[in-house]
Amino acid sequence: MLMSLAGITFGVAFFIVTQAQTSGFEGFFVKTILGTNGALRVRERIQDTLRSMSVDDQESGGFQISHKEGKRYVGDVAQPELVADAIRQFGNVSGVSKVVTGNGQLVLRGQTRPAQIYGIVLDDHLGVSDLDEQIVFGELSDFRKTANGVLLSRYLADRLDVGLDEKIVLKVAGKSRKLTVSAIYETGVRDIDKVRMFIHLRTARSVLGKAFGASFLQVSLFDNNRAPQDARRMIDVTQHHVSEWQRREKVWLDVFKILRISSALTVSVIILISGLGMFSVLAIIVMEKTKEIAILRSMGFQRRDISHIFLWQGFVITTAGTLSGWMLGFFMTLGLANLPIRIRGIFSTDHFVVNWSISHYLVAALIAFVVVMLASYFPARRAARLEPADVIRGTSG
Amino acid sequence: MSELPQSPGFTSRPILRCRNLERYLGEGENRVQILRKVDLDLDRGKIYAITGPSGCGKSTLLYTLGLLDREDSGEIWIKDLKVSGADDHERTEIRNRTIGFVFQFHFLLPEFTALENIMLPMIKLGQMSSGAMQSRAHNLLEEVGLGEKSKRLANQLSGGEQQRVAIARALANQPDIILADEPTGNLDQKNSTIVIDLLCRMAREKDQTILVVTHNHAIAEACDQTLPMLDGVFASACEPA
Repeated sequence: MLMSLAGITFGVAFFIVTQAQTSGFEGFFVKTILGTNGALRVRERIQDTLRSMSVDDQESGGFQISHKEGKRYVGDVAQPELVADAIRQFGNVSGVSKVVTGNGQLVLRGQTRPAQIYGIVLDDHLGVSDLDEQIVFGELSDFRKTANGVLLSRYLADRLDVGLDEKIVLKVAGKSRKLTVSAIYETGVRDIDKVRMFIHLRTARSVLGKAFGASFLQVSLFDNNRAPQDARRMIDVTQHHVSEWQRREKVWLDVFKILRISSALTVSVIILISGLGMFSVLAIIVMEKTKEIAILRSMGFQRRDISHIFLWQGFVITTAGTLSGWMLGFFMTLGLANLPIRIRGIFSTDHFVVNWSISHYLVAALIAFVVVMLASYFPARRAARLEPADVIRGTSG
Repeated sequence: MSELPQSPGFTSRPILRCRNLERYLGEGENRVQILRKVDLDLDRGKIYAITGPSGCGKSTLLYTLGLLDREDSGEIWIKDLKVSGADDHERTEIRNRTIGFVFQFHFLLPEFTALENIMLPMIKLGQMSSGAMQSRAHNLLEEVGLGEKSKRLANQLSGGEQQRVAIARALANQPDIILADEPTGNLDQKNSTIVIDLLCRMAREKDQTILVVTHNHAIAEACDQTLPMLDGVFASACEPA
């Protein structure tokens, strides 16, 4: 019985810890991608391709039948202000930022690195990203007041060996522009940190020769889970391609989901084994206590009273195991949250990320109760089915 | 209980009555008839002994009359209510209210004290408060001479004491009928005398009917009526001199 109790305790605790950890990392990944690339991105305009058939009738004035054949995506966002205004009408939208992008090269002291230029209006972009939280050196206020300021990733700054307030040359299509490093950021997402640099939108238009339009609009939402529905409605309204974060990051989200499920299944095996242990223990108790069961039946205890005795034992063990498992899981999660680990690549963290959710505790308890109560049910049913006369007859001299 | 049919037209109103009771044990080729159309009337307040050789069907009759075992055919009435054919739930309820059992082995629950063992049938009946149950259990223990041992666990009592606690437990719900199967079978002579005297005294005081299965002639002679049994039927009924 003690082994079953210990098994339930550890099973529940490990379930909580693994779920806190996997969902913690998943949540942190989602926060990172929302803080870098936003919940929605509005890109190319959608153009319907039509096949037409016309009849030229002088008397009736003629008519034309158009058949929709498909659609294609063309250009950038040609009228970003109009599209942004339309998008801001959505109740779930909390911010919109115009972004002009292009490729260039950063040059310093003979070193050259490829760069992806992001031209932004800082205040707009702060509303759709966590750029302010991602600054590791310098101040955004310096960037705001410096027309030729640049926000460089730590990766690029390290590779180019450049520090704050130093000058760096940006080359685009043979033209050069001197920029001042105003601040250094780090998202932790390697693909972004390797190439992305932020400059003011006006500077980007000048450097990239894009006087009008925007490469895309980055949109933030109040409720990020509603992004797919909002994206579909925005496509209808703006006739632009809109991609939501769930679609963009589907591969990684699927990986996290699989990890979470597989860890839950693995840890549930511990609870399952505890349930089997409970089954064995109760089955043995039923065999050992046949005389006691018979005498209880003889004095008027119903079959259901007998089964309740064993179910109650299962319930008490499960309750005690679940409560102690909750406590152990809580303290293990607390310890894990302070455990140092350096991760860079898909996000940036220097310690384990955990997600404190009551649902982990409730699901662990539910699994424990279902498994152990099922394991208790069969011995309990067997005990209830014992015929008192058979038992007493067998013990008579 | 109330929906059970009443036995028709009995003027003497025996507390327990059976007719043509048959019981088989075993399966297939091993199937043996244990009870052969047994008829029996037990009157209120009397003490009966069933005697006979081993295997003649004494205990089986006791268990069948006590609704622990199910008859294959025949009819049983308890307090004018036909109980043969009742479902398991009803039979169990009747046992709780109307019948007290004393077995050869005491069958006390070792994890419980003497007092708690006696309270078990009362808890199931659920007609008294916890305090009233404790008080009654304590009185019963006093009556069987174990008042000072009420807090002892069952396995901390001697064999004779355990059987006395078992008698107190059988009396807990003030049943109309007490069925005792070799109640002194595991006791020495001294304790046997104590136990049987106690059982008879308490039953007479409370106007209860006792049916005892025994091999012990001394016990049989102490009863109001002896019912010798042979090969599944009563040989004859004889009144003691």
